[in-house]
Amino acid sequence: MRQYILKRLLLMIPTLFGVAVLIFLLLRVLPGDIVELKYAGAGVYAPKEALARERVQLGLDKPIWQQFVSWMWGIVRLDFGTSMWTGQPITHEIAIRLELSIELALMATFVAILISIPLGALAAVKQDTWIDYFVRIFSIAGLSIPSFWLGIVIILTFIIYFRWLPPLTFTPFWVDPKANLSQLIWPALAVGYRYSAVATRMTRSVMLEVLREDYIRTARAKGLWERAVVIRHALKNALLPVITVIGLEFAFLVGGLVVTEQVFNLNGIGKLFVEAISQRDYTMVQSLVLLTSFVFIFVNFLVDLINACLDPRIRYQ
Amino acid sequence: MKVLIATSTKALMAVIAGLICLTAYVFAAEKESPRTGGELVFAVGGTPPSFDGHRETTFAMLHPVAPHYSTLLRFDPQNYPKIIGDVAESWTISKDALTYTFKIRKGIKFHDGSELSASDVKATYDRLVFPPDGVVSARQATYDLVKKIEAPDANTIVFQMKHLSAAFLNNLASPWNFIYKADILAKDPRWYEKNIMGTGPFTFVEYVAGSHWVGKKNPNYYMKGRPYLDSYKAVIVRDTAPRVAAVRSGQALIEFRGFNPAARDDIVKTAGSQVVVQESPWACNLTVAINNEKKPFDDVRVRRALTLAIDRWGASKALSQISLMKHVGGLLRPGYELATPEPELTKLVGFGKNIEASRKEARRLLREAGVPEGFTFTLKNRNVREPYEVTGVYVIDQWRQIGLNVNHVQQEEGPYFNDFRQGNYDAGIDFACDFMDEPDLQLFKFVSSEKSPINYSRYNDSVLDDLYEKQTRMTNPKARSKVIRQFEKRVLDEKAYQFHVLWWQRIVPHWGKLKGWKITSSHYVNQDLRDVWIAQ
Repeated sequence: MRQYILKRLLLMIPTLFGVAVLIFLLLRVLPGDIVELKYAGAGVYAPKEALARERVQLGLDKPIWQQFVSWMWGIVRLDFGTSMWTGQPITHEIAIRLELSIELALMATFVAILISIPLGALAAVKQDTWIDYFVRIFSIAGLSIPSFWLGIVIILTFIIYFRWLPPLTFTPFWVDPKANLSQLIWPALAVGYRYSAVATRMTRSVMLEVLREDYIRTARAKGLWERAVVIRHALKNALLPVITVIGLEFAFLVGGLVVTEQVFNLNGIGKLFVEAISQRDYTMVQSLVLLTSFVFIFVNFLVDLINACLDPRIRYQ
Repeated sequence: MKVLIATSTKALMAVIAGLICLTAYVFAAEKESPRTGGELVFAVGGTPPSFDGHRETTFAMLHPVAPHYSTLLRFDPQNYPKIIGDVAESWTISKDALTYTFKIRKGIKFHDGSELSASDVKATYDRLVFPPDGVVSARQATYDLVKKIEAPDANTIVFQMKHLSAAFLNNLASPWNFIYKADILAKDPRWYEKNIMGTGPFTFVEYVAGSHWVGKKNPNYYMKGRPYLDSYKAVIVRDTAPRVAAVRSGQALIEFRGFNPAARDDIVKTAGSQVVVQESPWACNLTVAINNEKKPFDDVRVRRALTLAIDRWGASKALSQISLMKHVGGLLRPGYELATPEPELTKLVGFGKNIEASRKEARRLLREAGVPEGFTFTLKNRNVREPYEVTGVYVIDQWRQIGLNVNHVQQEEGPYFNDFRQGNYDAGIDFACDFMDEPDLQLFKFVSSEKSPINYSRYNDSVLDDLYEKQTRMTNPKARSKVIRQFEKRVLDEKAYQFHVLWWQRIVPHWGKLKGWKITSSHYVNQDLRDVWIAQ
């Protein structure tokens, strides 16, 4: 097992290097120039000499291979450089947003787990009853309604009926839990609902399969309580694919909540991503892609480990 | 007859009573004395790229950062565009108008407690006019006419000019020209890109990138009793819908740049009489840029046909209902003292009120130029709904009415500027926004492309360049106006190189308890918040 973990961790390096090469080259292919955007973007005149000077400052006058080598050398030293748009260290720019994104992802995951696993299991146990139909409608609605739309509805409801809006700026949980939750609970519900819909349907279908297995029939024949059969024998085995789905969704949530962050004006990684791309902030986009790739790879790795813990048949040695 | 007299008397009494009430209200409003204290929360639609006013060009930097700084001169916030002193107490101009001497106020302190002197102003303007290596000054060209800047003593600063300029004094009131500290600039000319140290009404507290900016009252501000606010918080809300929601809910009292009519109506509908709406013509416009190097647009008849087809007066009525596009005008903002008056404007090609006659003429010109019916070309535009998309759609519809077939290609800012710069377009929607009405600023877009990097229409015209240089040196408004008219006629009518569609209307709905802020025709000025206060 230890060898497997080490191997998986080492495999991350070439994967991330491949991602780095790919994103570096793709960004250079994109039309648009950060210097032009910074100055002409506001419709104001800036002399050509000023633009040229700025390009030199940003290192954009150097050959592409030199830019790549200098970026990679920085990464090896864990120095991600500075944002071309703001001039601030990238680690600082990301750190102030990562806290919100991770908290939101955790809250949405919590909401999704809280809804999906009991509902999915219940729907499977009560197959073809009104409970099952209700859960199916509830989850299909969750899949069909985009979370940003649900977010807009939540915000409009608050404004029109209560003349209230969640706080505009982020307060860490340990500073003011009330302010923190009153800002993040609404996007967490909007995102968590869609997320739960995927997991509910997955839980239900896997549970239906498991409930028809011989060992479940055996457990019932032994005279075990139905609750023990469902929770200890069926649900535990059904959770493997559900955890995989939840893990992948979590990784997506860290950097992928672009529209929801815009709707709720959350200063998260997703919004930073979009801004950096539209501003052609090469160094920032490169670092964000590396970060999200790392999150995906790492979460996948964790999911595999959890699966191994849950299912003794999975042996990696 | 008696009834009639009685009715008239009643009406007269009602009018008088109304007038008395109105006068009382006006007096009450005037007498409302400013209240000190409180925090102003306002929304800003973007993030500041850096904190350096000398290099930046976006309001997203100016709105949160301007309250930390003073400028040499400023526009009077209550009587825009009157110029008043900020750190300058007084000034004199030599008889030949080539030497400007400013006396600096005594007792102005930087936020670190050190005293401001003329050497700080000199260091600031040296950086703006003659930027050292590694420093970007977006306003360098504006001050190209400055020969020398001197500080003969601690309270005097002198600008020596190469030639006359009608705009120089106004340019010194630029809200971008923050006064920096000489000692800091001497140690690190780029220090101000990431740090704040000014003499303005508010000191810096914190900036959380992408989230908010906070400033608090400067207790040592040179103007006693100001600012009124204890602090301010600029909340960054990049997208329009949440920005509108922020003002609707009252979490932000104002967004200083402005909204479109629909957003204004939403805010008023929600907050009712608690909201006040200030509106003003805006020193911003959208222009149809035409690639003069491409066929058939290299033919003046085709370009004239394009401008003739656009019903600007109809656009003003229609677009102003749904967007901030509103005013029909030439190269200078309608309402500005040097702008072309309407009777004269309507004589220019494309500005006439008889659109049917104009379109008939446009079709004739196209035929004469050999452009076939249904000729297809592309209009490139930014993928920003307000006001770009609506204007693009309108213009295309107008061109279809003279038999042209136009594809609307909306692009992200990066490719949009890239294509404009490289001439990879047929026609496009371009824009301009300035901090004041000034021909030097507004006409610069239309001089030869080789001289003006913001002229994307790819033409060179020495006649225009000469006229531009001539007007910039003229200090007599009447004489200057004549030259400007010649310039305008050549750009819009004789050559139709490129042409404005409409000028914008600035609409700022804000909560009524926000006082002391008056709208101007620019969203760049009047942002230091020193006169702003919150009523309870």
